[in-house]
Amino acid sequence: MTAREQIFGEIRKALGRAAGRPPLSEAAPLHSGELAAPTLHIPRSDRNLYVDLFVQKFENLGGKSIRVRDTSAVAPAIADLLVRKSAVASNSPFLRKCGVTGLPQVHAGFTERDELKEACAAADIGITSVDFTLAATGSFVMLSSHNEARLVSLLPPAHIAIFPRSLILANLDELLSILPRPADHTSSMVLITGPSRTADIEQILVRGVHGPGEIYAVIVDQA
Amino acid sequence: MKAPETEIQQAINDSRLQLAIYTATGRLIDHRAGVVSAEALPDYQELRDKANAIKKHTIENLDYYLEQLESNVIAHGGKVVYCRTGEEAADFVINLARERDLHMLVKSKSMTSEEIHFNERLEKHHLQAIETDLGEYILQLAHQRPYHIVAPALHLTRYDVADVFTKELGVENEVVIEKQTKIARGVLRQRFLEAGMGVSGANFLIADSGAIVVVENEGNARLSTSAPKIHIAIAGIEKVIPRAQDLAVFLNLLGRSATGQPLTVYTSFLSGPRRENEIDGPDEFYLLLLDNGRTKLLADPEKRQSLYCIRCGACLNHCPVYRKIGGHNYPWVYSGPIGAIITPQFHGVNQDTWLPFASSLCGACAEVCPVKIEIPKLLLKLREEVTEVKRRQDSDGMERFAFQLFAWIATHPKIYLLLASLGSIFFPLVPPIGPLKKWASQRTVPEPAKQSFHQYWASRGGRNGGARRDRA
Amino acid sequence: MTQVLERLGYQVHFPAAQTCCGQPAFNSGYTEEARKIARHFLDVFRDSETIIVPSGSCTSMISHHFADIFEHDPKLLAEAHALEPRVWEFSRFLLEVAQAEDVGARFDGIVTYHDSCHALRELHIKTGPRKLLAKVQGLTLAEMNAAEECCGFGGTFSIKFPEVSGAMARTKIDSIQKTGASTVVSIDSSCLMQLQGVIDRAGLPIRTLHLAEVLASR
Repeated sequence: MTAREQIFGEIRKALGRAAGRPPLSEAAPLHSGELAAPTLHIPRSDRNLYVDLFVQKFENLGGKSIRVRDTSAVAPAIADLLVRKSAVASNSPFLRKCGVTGLPQVHAGFTERDELKEACAAADIGITSVDFTLAATGSFVMLSSHNEARLVSLLPPAHIAIFPRSLILANLDELLSILPRPADHTSSMVLITGPSRTADIEQILVRGVHGPGEIYAVIVDQA
Repeated sequence: MKAPETEIQQAINDSRLQLAIYTATGRLIDHRAGVVSAEALPDYQELRDKANAIKKHTIENLDYYLEQLESNVIAHGGKVVYCRTGEEAADFVINLARERDLHMLVKSKSMTSEEIHFNERLEKHHLQAIETDLGEYILQLAHQRPYHIVAPALHLTRYDVADVFTKELGVENEVVIEKQTKIARGVLRQRFLEAGMGVSGANFLIADSGAIVVVENEGNARLSTSAPKIHIAIAGIEKVIPRAQDLAVFLNLLGRSATGQPLTVYTSFLSGPRRENEIDGPDEFYLLLLDNGRTKLLADPEKRQSLYCIRCGACLNHCPVYRKIGGHNYPWVYSGPIGAIITPQFHGVNQDTWLPFASSLCGACAEVCPVKIEIPKLLLKLREEVTEVKRRQDSDGMERFAFQLFAWIATHPKIYLLLASLGSIFFPLVPPIGPLKKWASQRTVPEPAKQSFHQYWASRGGRNGGARRDRA
Repeated sequence: MTQVLERLGYQVHFPAAQTCCGQPAFNSGYTEEARKIARHFLDVFRDSETIIVPSGSCTSMISHHFADIFEHDPKLLAEAHALEPRVWEFSRFLLEVAQAEDVGARFDGIVTYHDSCHALRELHIKTGPRKLLAKVQGLTLAEMNAAEECCGFGGTFSIKFPEVSGAMARTKIDSIQKTGASTVVSIDSSCLMQLQGVIDRAGLPIRTLHLAEVLASR
């Protein structure tokens, strides 16, 4: 008997079922009552206020936010952050539109995994866009894709996320209502809520343990 | 088998340790309270009810959901490995590493891996598993087991950490916490980049997505699962939930209950190896589904709710007994109230028979459990089982006699009364012997009242019958 | 308690045959013995119109756990259910039935209130006793930080794990001392006995009183 067979056998015995349960393909009805449909709580409020809530939550977590009017204002807004630093940018078209990938300290256009890893490990700053952000928790939502690699927002000690205001959702519930099955789109969806931190030693808070200790949100009003 | 009385007394006498445990858990208590209050989370109780209902349904249909999970993991290019025991799980990893000529892997925090002595098993086969969560890394260097489900190094001071680093890493003694963190970060960063394999746990397994969810604050789980070319996740079979959308319930409860964070810093939803258009991420994904006795718990309809646990640690934080005896005085890796109910179920009630009794049944745990496990009720059930075992073994002699005698007295009111009135004369004369000796050592033994209520009532000519209800 | 009830105009009966609710046996896993004692309780109080209990833990035993004890006996289970609506913890009776928040009591001094576990978590009694204490003339109520923490009694727990029990009590007493209270009040005598024992051992000038004793004071 394989481990699989044994474990399923034990489960069925434990649940008082006969051993020969029909396989998944026959879509047998579920026992023990219906599973209630998920109820997602999406607040009914003015979407325009989401940005203020996002900024408040983001900054409470230790993030720094910068609001700019349009895409042309992005590069000047982050110029100071890049002084004497090296940065890796993701392949997000939005970053190109904002003129970020053209900046001198910014290395972009990586499509090969090992090259990207090396570059991110050496860089001071990782620059990305986002897929969504969540106002209620001040979170970035990033789906791994050809445009956004995982390590850009993870390896460098600082992370700048640049995105249009329109991508701000209310909360996790709204995200799950738009994306009921993230796995259909990506192998990795990560919610980033504040800078990396730990309180493992004496409960004293330290930022920037393994992930970035400094995070920035550049919010573009009119994209 | 017997309670570790000496060690418990040592823990209680250690005032530094007591202060560390009390303030650390006190902080977690306060943080949680702030984010589940009526203002912060008006539907908190509703969420708990939903979480309980979803878990109940899933556990009672576990075969169905595991099949769905497996099918979706495979559809996304991953592989599922069923492990009856910890040994099977470790062997799989050892064999895979051998095949690929790998001698080191990075690992993120996983209580399940502690449960199966994963690191030790690998080490016997010259495969080094490096803990990357800061608290777990320190413990690995110090050769200690976790003190708390969520805050593993709760019991250590910065001076302890400094000594561990000096001894094991050969660095100069450094007591500044921020600098200690930097030391660990530097060492571990290299490991993330070099490792050919990363092992994680999973907080949730999502059946409709073939995905796992991992929550953390440091970033080490993200790195362990994104930098190496192989990702292995180890999870108990009970971790499965039906739909990604159910995360709206569970993610709103987990961080808040554990540390008072509405969301932890990183919440990763991972479904298999990287997709065709993705630049980075692992090439191979293996999900190890572990039984290791869970099907035993599943078989008990009253106690299977123990499997609902989402490992938030809130019960530990609120438990007045945990806050005194600390995590290392529990016999297994799972401590606190959840440890007290699952340990006897995994290991048998005739092991550690003291454990279900090491509780005043205050109920603080049940009050804060996000999935509403009825912990005090299960403790009572386990007590019943222990006394039954002892009765059959005939090893409960004195205590059983005492309770049988008490039951007899309490069903013969005249005797009860007689003893109560005599008690005020004789009680002070009873020497504190046996179990009463230690009870007496903690306190000044109370003097019984000079006059029992019966005597008082009689002296006032009070009515002695029950006030009768009118029979219509 | 009987003084307060009579002052409010109630006719109080004290069935002399009463003994115990069976909680100590039940909590120790001796369900059979607990069942015998609980059955006796039903016999004594079956026909009582209203039963007032000066103990949160006993009330919760009767109201909530008799159903567990008589799970497999339909007749006794029905009796337990029939009894339940007539069983009242003392402070709850005063507030909800007698509707008497002010019982005309007088008690000078700083008092702190200890939430006994059964009362708090099984009967959801928290604000009631505080309301009653607030109406006592001369009394100042000071909240302790650890009000909701267990005192460490837990019945046989204090005998089986005395060092832990004692340590839990000492934590409560530290918290009590920080309030400056000279009296700690609760609705459970077992908690009060636990705390007083440890207080006396430490030689502290704090006394424990049941809520009823404070409310009976003039």
